[in-house]
Amino acid sequence: MKFGIVVFPASNCDMDTYHVVDQVLGHPVSYIWHRERSLDGFDCVILPGGFAYGDYLRAGAIARFAPIMEALPSFAERGGLVLGICNGFQVLLEAGLLPGAMRRNDSLQFRCRDVLLRVENTRTPFTSRYRTGEVIRMPIAHGEGNYYADSKTLKQLEDEGRIVFRYCSGDGEILPEANPNGALGNIAGICNRRGNILGLMPHPERCSEAVLGNSDGLRLFQSILHWWGDAREQEAVRHA
Amino acid sequence: MPEPKADWQEMGLTRQEYDRICSLLDREPNYLETGLFAVLWSEHCAYSHSKPVLKLFPTTGQRVLQGPGENAGIVDIGDGQGIVFKMESHNHPSAIEPYQGAATGVGGIVRDIFTMGARPIASLNSLRFGDLSGPRVRYLFSGVVAGIGDYGNCLGIPTVGGEVGFDPSFKDNPLVNAMCVGLVEHGQIRRGAAAGPGNQVLLVGARTGRDGIHGCTFASEELSEESEQRRPAVQVGDPFMEKLLIEACLEVIAAGLVVGIQDLGAAGLTSSSAEMAGRAGTGLDLDVALVPRREQGMTPYEVMLSESQERMLLVIEPEREQDVRRIVEKWGLEATVIGRVTGDGIYCIRDGAAVVAEVPVRFLTDEAPVYYPQIRQPAYYEERRSWTAADIPVPDDLNQVLRRLLAAPNIAGKEWVYRQYDHTIMTNTVVRPGADAAVLRIKGTRKGIALTTDCNARYCFLDPFQGGLQAVAEAARNLSCVGAEPLGITDCLNFGNPEKPEIFWQFREAVRGLSEACRILDIPVVSGNVSFYNETGGEAIHPTPVVGMVGLLPDIDKRCTGRFQHPGDAILLLGRFRPGLGASEYLAFIHGVEAGQVPDLDLFAEARVQACCRTLVCSGLLRSAHDCAEGGLGVALAECCIGGGIGALIEMPPTGAGSKKPEVEVDITNVGNKMPEAGVDITEAGADRVEQREDNLLFGETQSAIVITCAPARIPHVLRAAREYDIPCLALGAVGGDSLVIRHTSGRIMINLPVGEMESLWSESIPKLMA
Repeated sequence: MKFGIVVFPASNCDMDTYHVVDQVLGHPVSYIWHRERSLDGFDCVILPGGFAYGDYLRAGAIARFAPIMEALPSFAERGGLVLGICNGFQVLLEAGLLPGAMRRNDSLQFRCRDVLLRVENTRTPFTSRYRTGEVIRMPIAHGEGNYYADSKTLKQLEDEGRIVFRYCSGDGEILPEANPNGALGNIAGICNRRGNILGLMPHPERCSEAVLGNSDGLRLFQSILHWWGDAREQEAVRHA
Repeated sequence: MPEPKADWQEMGLTRQEYDRICSLLDREPNYLETGLFAVLWSEHCAYSHSKPVLKLFPTTGQRVLQGPGENAGIVDIGDGQGIVFKMESHNHPSAIEPYQGAATGVGGIVRDIFTMGARPIASLNSLRFGDLSGPRVRYLFSGVVAGIGDYGNCLGIPTVGGEVGFDPSFKDNPLVNAMCVGLVEHGQIRRGAAAGPGNQVLLVGARTGRDGIHGCTFASEELSEESEQRRPAVQVGDPFMEKLLIEACLEVIAAGLVVGIQDLGAAGLTSSSAEMAGRAGTGLDLDVALVPRREQGMTPYEVMLSESQERMLLVIEPEREQDVRRIVEKWGLEATVIGRVTGDGIYCIRDGAAVVAEVPVRFLTDEAPVYYPQIRQPAYYEERRSWTAADIPVPDDLNQVLRRLLAAPNIAGKEWVYRQYDHTIMTNTVVRPGADAAVLRIKGTRKGIALTTDCNARYCFLDPFQGGLQAVAEAARNLSCVGAEPLGITDCLNFGNPEKPEIFWQFREAVRGLSEACRILDIPVVSGNVSFYNETGGEAIHPTPVVGMVGLLPDIDKRCTGRFQHPGDAILLLGRFRPGLGASEYLAFIHGVEAGQVPDLDLFAEARVQACCRTLVCSGLLRSAHDCAEGGLGVALAECCIGGGIGALIEMPPTGAGSKKPEVEVDITNVGNKMPEAGVDITEAGADRVEQREDNLLFGETQSAIVITCAPARIPHVLRAAREYDIPCLALGAVGGDSLVIRHTSGRIMINLPVGEMESLWSESIPKLMA
């Protein structure tokens, strides 16, 4: 399975994400420069964290116009996996590949700390290695993670099971005090209807190795590999 | 009417300096030349007052790959890798414009690191502010923290550690000292030398505007009512541009395309180019007309002195120009050839065809006057030293004292600060902010590095020599607590006006102290920065010689934090227990007295305590290790409980081997009869008797003491190690329960506080003050 990591000017989690795919998962991975226009040959494209184009105007607002972004919708339509982490999630929202928008954290300050997340949907390609309702820990580091969507969209996301992660308390309750940024519905991550585009504010790549004291994020990447393996198998069966 | 000031006066030169320039040149300098001298001879660039004193620092050692004199120092960490690091002040800009002042402080120090060919991997800082009850102080504090955060977060460099202190002396003159740490392969190390006549001088990055003109002159004068008018001397940062600059420069360096490289910092193009030529013994021929500008109508003077941020100067061979340009332009940056290296040693500035300045490089870089200011011991020194605790009553309710101390801004948790800094990016942060030292893994190896910044400004005020010693000793102790061996120091020396004999006395004494500690603990100084004139309305800050220290952990898996871990673990005190109330946070915060003698320090004993601690951590014998610092043993124990979310039962004063200890069921008497008999260390030859009053036992401050825990079965090993290092090791008690209980040997319960309550007081204090 071939991973690609998009590098915008001032992406800054690109190397961290590369490290996890390359050194921890041991899978082929390469950087994709923002000026490129093709995603051919990739199976999973990751939009990493950072401050693409300085996040000037609004997080992700300029990055959505990067040439590589034109290739993303068709890549996803063909069934490719797209994972947007933090700034990558913001870019996906700005590009309209996921619904809703990000506002500044309600504290009006940057927040870097560990948060607890409840895994709401384990039927996505990104979450099969978690248990539904499981509470996991991941670091966040953002100034604009205050997710917003209108009530209709929100209901749709709920009804279609597209809210994948929510900020929660230690025993999995969705409480205001567990919410680090004011996001509606304590939403930390959502996916598209088909489930092959996931955006989340927390950083799974920062908690994928035991030496960092937490490997809850590794299972997100392992889920991708697992799902891809199954998909390949099914395809083989179909062709047989 | 007062006579209008001459240009050289306006630019900050003295009569004596101006005369010297005239005699060197054998003529009067023109306006631009005067400006060049003014900035390069300013204290900030030339160290004219501090140079002779700084020679005291030991700067060499087996691990030193680069000592002072370059953009940053480098220590060897083996495997062909080096750690590049430096700390720098941005105090005056931050006093006027806290957000941009602090942000550009980070930007400047980061450039110093990647200039050397290193990828920046961590930032730290050391901050000082006045009393948080003042709205202006809160504005400065929140602005500085946001500025540091926003700039570093965008760059993707984790801010992993630091310190924040509060004292009224910093009310109008906060300290913002930023440190950056980089990782470099030996073969990639680059230096800031403009070698090779005929080579091109390339300006890369942001365009040049009028911002920050004379910033370094501003840094070399006291703050006053007029300082607000210096606001235009504060630069504006663009972290996005800096991030592109990092990537472009590292790529150009990795491709082997660079002869010399240097960032444009204080005094902009003038200092970077003159210093590069000075190091190489060459000359330069620059044309200011070629410098890309963001404003129209700029004079050569403005171009040369602009401190516009995010610019780099590269010296390259002419045939490499296209290769360099390709990389730089890929990152969306401009690169412009603005001149060439010459062999005549002349610094020649043109504006198109016209020569607008022409002076020998070495006049600018090597001929600045050196001052040997007068030195006088300040009157306060003996007066404050002679204070004794006799007049201070011992409080009845020591629980309440501990509650208040845990909420004291100098002691309280600083998460309000570091939650605004991205400290987990780059996925190397193994021990996060809030510990004795931050620990980073080095990917692809088993190694780790530990980083800390430290200085107790109150100690330095009351006794600059001792304060200097202790800044080094405590920083090294912090590293030893996590298991790291100290490798090198960067310093940031913040003082008042050196032209005042009392201030220069503080400076010289502090540097003497730092130097002596460096020599005895064998930790060289590899880089540093001096910040004088930290005064407002004639009142100086407390002297604050901040130490930034880097250490090495051979095996990242063998490390410690200060958190208590397991119920039943034994709590021991490694080192001496000789607390004193003088200069303590308790005395200042609870009793409002800033006086007394600072804790004394035996550096040879200190070295043994630290070595012993490192040995214990690295052999995996300890569960936790935490330095005893501000607030004394009582606060140190509370911090260990808060960190671990678990209580402890302690008996004090610690009486060492043979005594009965609560809950520790292992007999620790049978490990040998050389166990220090008198646990309180009162028998040590020549030592003062420990003041037995309860507030002193709990909150008196002591050096060379580390609270450690281990599994009960490990106690004999720990005691054996302590004996081998010839240091005391005293049993304090055991981990367990939900409260910190400290019982006097007389049976009286001195402290009994639930951990949850302590945690709330400690963690909520600063957020409440800032709400």
